[in-house]
Amino acid sequence: MFKALMARARQGYRTAAYPAEEPNLSPLFRGRPIFDQGKCAAGCTACADLCPSTAIKLSAEGPRLDIGRCIFCGECAAACPQDVIHFTRDWRLAASERAELLITGNAQPHVEALRKELRRLLGRSLRLRQISAGGCNGCEVEVNALGNVVFDVSRFGIDFVASPRHADGVLITGPITENMREATLSTYAAVAEPKLVIAAGACAISGGIFHGHPEVCDGIEGLLLVDLYVPGCPPHPLTILDGLLRLLGRL
Amino acid sequence: MTFLTIGNAELKPVDALPVLARDEFREEVLSQVGEGRRLLLLSALPGDGGETRLLAALADDARGEIGLAATTVADSYPALTLDCPAAHYFEREIHEQYGITPEGHPWLKPVRFPHGGMAIEDVEFFKVAGAEVHEVAVGPVHAGVIEPGHFRFSCHGERVLHLEISLGYQHRGVEAAMRDSPHKRSIHLAETVAGDTSAGHATAYCQLIEALSGAECSPRATALRVVALELERIANHIGDLGALAGDVGFLPAAAYCGRLRGDVLNLTALLCGSRLGRGWIRPGGVAGDLGTETLAELRLRLAETERDMRNAVDLLWKSSSVRGRFENTGTLRREIAADLGIVGPPARASGIDRDCRRDFPGPTYRNHQPFIAVGESGDVFGRAMQRWQEIDNSLILLGRLLDDPGAGAIAARIGGLAPNRIAVSLVEGWRGEIVHLGMTDGAGHLCHYKIVDPSFRNWFGLAMAMRDQQISDFPLCNKSFNLSYCGHDL
Repeated sequence: MFKALMARARQGYRTAAYPAEEPNLSPLFRGRPIFDQGKCAAGCTACADLCPSTAIKLSAEGPRLDIGRCIFCGECAAACPQDVIHFTRDWRLAASERAELLITGNAQPHVEALRKELRRLLGRSLRLRQISAGGCNGCEVEVNALGNVVFDVSRFGIDFVASPRHADGVLITGPITENMREATLSTYAAVAEPKLVIAAGACAISGGIFHGHPEVCDGIEGLLLVDLYVPGCPPHPLTILDGLLRLLGRL
Repeated sequence: MTFLTIGNAELKPVDALPVLARDEFREEVLSQVGEGRRLLLLSALPGDGGETRLLAALADDARGEIGLAATTVADSYPALTLDCPAAHYFEREIHEQYGITPEGHPWLKPVRFPHGGMAIEDVEFFKVAGAEVHEVAVGPVHAGVIEPGHFRFSCHGERVLHLEISLGYQHRGVEAAMRDSPHKRSIHLAETVAGDTSAGHATAYCQLIEALSGAECSPRATALRVVALELERIANHIGDLGALAGDVGFLPAAAYCGRLRGDVLNLTALLCGSRLGRGWIRPGGVAGDLGTETLAELRLRLAETERDMRNAVDLLWKSSSVRGRFENTGTLRREIAADLGIVGPPARASGIDRDCRRDFPGPTYRNHQPFIAVGESGDVFGRAMQRWQEIDNSLILLGRLLDDPGAGAIAARIGGLAPNRIAVSLVEGWRGEIVHLGMTDGAGHLCHYKIVDPSFRNWFGLAMAMRDQQISDFPLCNKSFNLSYCGHDL
């Protein structure tokens, strides 16, 4: 017991001051992309050609990047001869509408807070059942990290629960493999109304790097209505936390 | 020896691959396994003119050599499993992927349930008969933030007689999509074979591409790869030690280790911006260089993390309640581990002295040898202690690398792949031996790509470790292995 108390003193208080203070992310962190519109060289398709998840569409104004498909590898920015594409360190990427994830210029995705009635119900106590449906376990690593003492998601009244019967919604990761389609829908069906659907990571939103594989459904679009999209491959824990807090109207 | 001898990430012409008669192939494989070599992989290969070949790779750990041989099969052959249990999962895979029947195989159940085959919900499970025997079914959706899989326990009271593990829910076509590599998705797919092993699988892929294209990684690029690989090992091991503490209700160590795992992930993010090391290891080398300031910061932060890790993990070993739950739980006997071809920390914890970093160092670990810890008890305690000792040894290796990462270009240029060649790439990931095998066609495209994640071998080890255990100890045993579902399902 004494040893445990000594260790407690040694390990210290580690919970991040987020959202009161800005997080200290890696200088190389690739967050929200921005584009210098109108600077593209005529006929240049360098970025779209090498994008591994075919997330870039080109038009006369410049590139449009679907961050719901982007795996944030940054290869487009590195390859651009005109320096049009930059990945900022802005971790706030979540959106409540799919169209908000189609980024041009300096657009910031927007999260519409839940309407008043739902906020009254869930705003201070949100229980989520996570469903892992065919990804690479990267998103699960970061969702799990939300529970550690640094992010400590439960201080906001948000918790991940074991049973869908105890949940107010599902947080889905992975591209929804054919083999997980039924289990995903059954788990959702087992959650009592009213319920939320959160798609976390490029796979759950669009299939991500697995988009187009015959073994997957290319994400949850078309299977369930989504309340919150959290881009990333995987999303940083703060990207998920920021999205959840804004959905609950707490940021 | 009638086998083609090949080293880790070494190139050989496909023509040099001996194609033996079916009986000779069987005898050779079994006699070599009998002499102490182990089955590295067994895979079907599409051969000339539509015929199918069976390819066996046998590892000679003492010499660091891999032996390759093939045979031609029509639609069936006598199963190797009965004489070589390590083949049993590979033969199920071959049956599922190519429709070839290994005759006499005791349990030819699908492995991943690819689309168009048998439905995942329609399979039979192994049945234990008896009036008081009952079954417990768990999954695919588990009570936590974990990947999906189905576990079927046959129990007598609380005692587990048999555990059958049925996976395939994460099957997303990664291996098939690696064919025709290199293409623009290849390296990213390699990083998502198992997200928590991004550096491990990316290195295995890059070693293979470098071998096939004749490129050589500079000493500095190699050292910077090993930094990412060892950080990945430490992050996962310390996270699992915390999770093991959590599974026995010892919350102080669980809380500290959970935080420390994140601290190590943040060190990886210092290299490349991604906490999982995405975008760091690239064909030819690494994506960037580390300046003296970054190296100094890494050393400083790693030293702080090390102090806190020692403090947190020490609590585990000094708590009799933790030791009481860890010791003699989920023992995997050495002989069983050897028969099944178990790899990685579970093999070493059972007393098998096997680690690719020393036995098959290849270009990555040739000049960066860690000390290899080997345990003996094979129980949860053994696997936990094994993880800790591996952290300890990785810290020493990392210290050397961060002090002097060597010199050289960050990335070598990758040209086209040599046509009609075969190469095998091995990397000791944190879970154990990762195998990528590639074969090019006449145009220099990868016409065959095979991935063996360590989990593919080790899941059955978990099932064996659960025999005669209390069912309530399953989470603890499971976490002590912490196998990958996505790495298995591909």
